[in-house]
Amino acid sequence: MTALPPEDVSRGPIVTNDSPLLTVDGVSATFVEQRHRLPVLRDIAFGLQRNEFVSLIGPSGSGKTTLLDIIAGLWTPDSGQILLDGIPTTAAERLGTSAYMHQRDLLLPWRNALDNAVLGLEVQGVAKSRARAIARERFPAFGLQGFEDRYPAQLSGGMRQRVAFLRTMLSGQELLLLDEPFGALDAMTRATSQNWLQELLAELPRSALLVTHDVEEAIFLSDRILVLSARPGPVQYIETIDTPRPRSRGFLASPEFLAMRSRLLGELGLIDEPVPS
Amino acid sequence: MIEDELLPAESWLTRIGRWLLPAGLIALMLLAWEIWVRVRDTPRWYLPAPSAIWRALIDHWGSIRSDAWVTLQEVLVGFGAAVLVAVPVAIAIERFTIVERALYPIVVATQAIPLVALAPLLLIWFGHGIMPKVVMVALISFFPIVVSLVDGLRSADRETLDLLRTMGASGWQRFKLVQVPSALPSFFSGAKIGMAIAVIGAVIGESAGSRAGLGHAISLASASLKTDLVFACVLVLAVMAIGLFALIALIERLAMPWRAWVVE
Repeated sequence: MTALPPEDVSRGPIVTNDSPLLTVDGVSATFVEQRHRLPVLRDIAFGLQRNEFVSLIGPSGSGKTTLLDIIAGLWTPDSGQILLDGIPTTAAERLGTSAYMHQRDLLLPWRNALDNAVLGLEVQGVAKSRARAIARERFPAFGLQGFEDRYPAQLSGGMRQRVAFLRTMLSGQELLLLDEPFGALDAMTRATSQNWLQELLAELPRSALLVTHDVEEAIFLSDRILVLSARPGPVQYIETIDTPRPRSRGFLASPEFLAMRSRLLGELGLIDEPVPS
Repeated sequence: MIEDELLPAESWLTRIGRWLLPAGLIALMLLAWEIWVRVRDTPRWYLPAPSAIWRALIDHWGSIRSDAWVTLQEVLVGFGAAVLVAVPVAIAIERFTIVERALYPIVVATQAIPLVALAPLLLIWFGHGIMPKVVMVALISFFPIVVSLVDGLRSADRETLDLLRTMGASGWQRFKLVQVPSALPSFFSGAKIGMAIAVIGAVIGESAGSRAGLGHAISLASASLKTDLVFACVLVLAVMAIGLFALIALIERLAMPWRAWVVE
């Protein structure tokens, strides 16, 4: 899998074969910290189809971020493998094949919004003037028009996060790895950002793996939700959401939403007994 | 999408206020000094009045100016040499563990050597010209620049470096795009300290033996009890040191325009 050329940014990915875009096949990982071996992932397996949105939820310390790091190519798992388009890959081969977004926006303080947005393109070797032209066109859609020349320190938290999103989308990668991208935002900005992301993905389809602690956010945005257990072990529970995307905010009040919510909270051990449906 | 404008610059009134306070304090101290000397009729060779120092400065301006020029050259060439050597050394220390293990202890150990004691040695090796002073300046300002630059290169944010790796960035790209800009604030802190002590290094070098420079002028004047001239030379040295410090601070601001908005 290679990066799409930047001019294809609005056209979305081109399907090449029938294998899932991403396959996580029996992945286990252990942290070694001061001679203690701490298992964080055990036998995790799932697939991510093209243009599918999958969320990972689970208690803190269930290894969700570690899993994203492994998929991004930062680590090699102790056992198991990661397949892209059905082909097994090494960690080094996966570097530069996904667009990773963190809870922290990780904008470079010395670059203005425009130059932060083009970072991925620049790393890929796109000429700076061309990269800037591509990014500039996208600024209005991201609610950032007129803020191209601002440094991150001059932007609000929500705007910084949108610049980071723009950087993520402009990289042209088919696979988005989103590690609690709304985690640092206040509730209002968070809701607006979720709506906005959903509309954005309707316009520019991508495959996304979202790590979140927020059950409602997961249901609102996802096609499927995987629940990881507190102790390292295989995926504990899978919830499939059939309501087509993009969804309205009213979906959050529908009976099926509430039923899913209580099932998932029950799986996470946050309510004692699932509410009967 | 209207956001609050962040105002980076303080108003001109507070700016002037910041200068006014220390300036007023200095003026007051000079006045007290002047009165003290006049009332007590202190001998001139013991403690000259500020007005007498000012007169000495005017009377000897020709020689002071040419001495100051020599010292300034020594400082600039020595400091420049220190930066030119410090930058690649710091990069090598940061990048290669083997260089760090081999070189860093030596760099730190040189700080334990009283550089003043080296001054006569430098005279033996490099003669009485500008060279031993340049070497002294370079030696004395090298350490803070290297140490602060190594710290700065290491201060780059881990997660940001990892983000660039996931983008497929090479080691060189990560260095250029993240580490170098991250290191600038720390580098300039080190450069400012290095510049401040560079002037001291030049004077030490000149005092050990020379035919020109402000250090030389001070030695001569104090030997003949021309205390007012000693003070005049010290005053010029102080102005030079402050000016050079301000020059680095100015380059710092131009090199890092984003810092104006970063709240520390």
